[in-house]
Amino acid sequence: MAERYKGEFSVEFDHLVKNFGTSPVLRDVSFGIHTGKITTILGFSGAGKTTLMKHILGLAKPTSGRVSVLGQCLNDMSELELREFRRNFGMVFQYAALFDFLTSYENVAFPMREFTKMNEEEIKQKVMGLLDSVGISKEAAYRLPSELSGGMRKRVGLARGLALDPHIMLYDEPTSGLDPITTHVVYDLMRDTHRANEKNGFTSIIISHDIHATLKYSDYIVFMEQGKVVEHLDVETFKRSENPVIRRFLEL
Amino acid sequence: MKQMVIDRVEGLGKSILDSINGLGEFTNFTMNTIYWTFKPPYRFVLLFDQLYFIGNKSIFIIFLTASFTGAVFAFQIYSGFKAINTDSFIGPIVAIALAKELAPVLSGLVVAGRCGAAMAAQIGSMKVTEQIDALEVMGINSYQYLAVPRILGAMIGLPMLSALFLAIGYWGSWLVGTKILGIDPIMYTQKISDIMNLSMVAEGLIKATVFGYLIGIIGTYQGFTVTGGAEGVGKGTNMAVVWGMITVLVVDFFLTSFLVKVL
Repeated sequence: MAERYKGEFSVEFDHLVKNFGTSPVLRDVSFGIHTGKITTILGFSGAGKTTLMKHILGLAKPTSGRVSVLGQCLNDMSELELREFRRNFGMVFQYAALFDFLTSYENVAFPMREFTKMNEEEIKQKVMGLLDSVGISKEAAYRLPSELSGGMRKRVGLARGLALDPHIMLYDEPTSGLDPITTHVVYDLMRDTHRANEKNGFTSIIISHDIHATLKYSDYIVFMEQGKVVEHLDVETFKRSENPVIRRFLEL
Repeated sequence: MKQMVIDRVEGLGKSILDSINGLGEFTNFTMNTIYWTFKPPYRFVLLFDQLYFIGNKSIFIIFLTASFTGAVFAFQIYSGFKAINTDSFIGPIVAIALAKELAPVLSGLVVAGRCGAAMAAQIGSMKVTEQIDALEVMGINSYQYLAVPRILGAMIGLPMLSALFLAIGYWGSWLVGTKILGIDPIMYTQKISDIMNLSMVAEGLIKATVFGYLIGIIGTYQGFTVTGGAEGVGKGTNMAVVWGMITVLVVDFFLTSFLVKVL
């Protein structure tokens, strides 16, 4: 495993501004995401959450301002350096985004085959361990994504995200399209995964608009509206916030 | 009236700007694929997968198209050649037509329809389901992983299919010429070496390689530029087939005018 990052903030935004054409999407965003904690970026649709996530991954360039991840400024990195750097991330997509031409097993093995020198036996051990840890049976491991339920696809997506022992795990609306029970199963799994790795400085960032799950599972909440950060608080303080926008969100 | 004119001019201006923008995007895509073709890691396994899909899996349809094309062509020219007592030239003429024109163009049209569409559909559905984003987040260049093997596969596979088309097409014409039209089998093949030369075969293979590149780049570009959901994938697939076929036919004219001068 690569040396773990020990700084206070895994991700820092410094006066980040992003415009698409003349439309501002992120307006002077400045805050830090605590290392080793679960932070949820919350907000209505169009608040700028996904654009913010793309800046964390270096998939979008700031119009102005700086983005630092694991102590390194992404602004100064070349495209090739960014590609290399992205191996520090794991990501679970809204609809899992599993490669539909590969089985669950092959999906999880994919990053290992691409980026490590592990032999097939080592890969098999690690893949089966990861799939087991997210509750995927041996039988389901050899099924194609189209043969899995929505919840199972999310679990395999989580296992794939963990394949390279990432420093930061990103979840983009991870429970979209799931029923309430499966939603909580997936959130429990995300929390358990985080707790199992948090001593290593493992940081989880969740993009969501599910207020109830956010309050239950997060350590910190960043609330965004119209490209601005309205509040960045720990959960208990957030619950007591008098900000009218947050109150409106809490009362949903 | 004035408003109508303004609307028309605005519409025209928007179309021109969209076309320029599209051309810019396509050029950028093309440059990216060229750049990533020469950057390691070289993905030979993916290239062989594509060669298998474009080459092996097209053999049956090429067999059908080529054998009937050759057979029909022999039938069509028989009456004319027989009238001037030159039916011994039917074999060589069929061979030349197949080698220089019919084999590369018809193979190109078959591959544009079968594989260009599949490229756009596969990549397009990966785009709308965020699978391409997943590749990028992992640090894998999606052009290198998805576009380059398909383009190279078409560039290598299409000349092979074209050569196969030539052989099968000639066999089809030989069957009709000798078994149905009663031309002497030796006479049917005798004059080929006198009339035909290797540059004619080379012309067809060069054309097929260029068509393969164009079908590959158009199919993958249409996949990468898909927007929306299933409807977008359908539209991209349709565009890949239409543009692939039109491009083969148009480029064939210019390529022929160029190659007849240099070969």
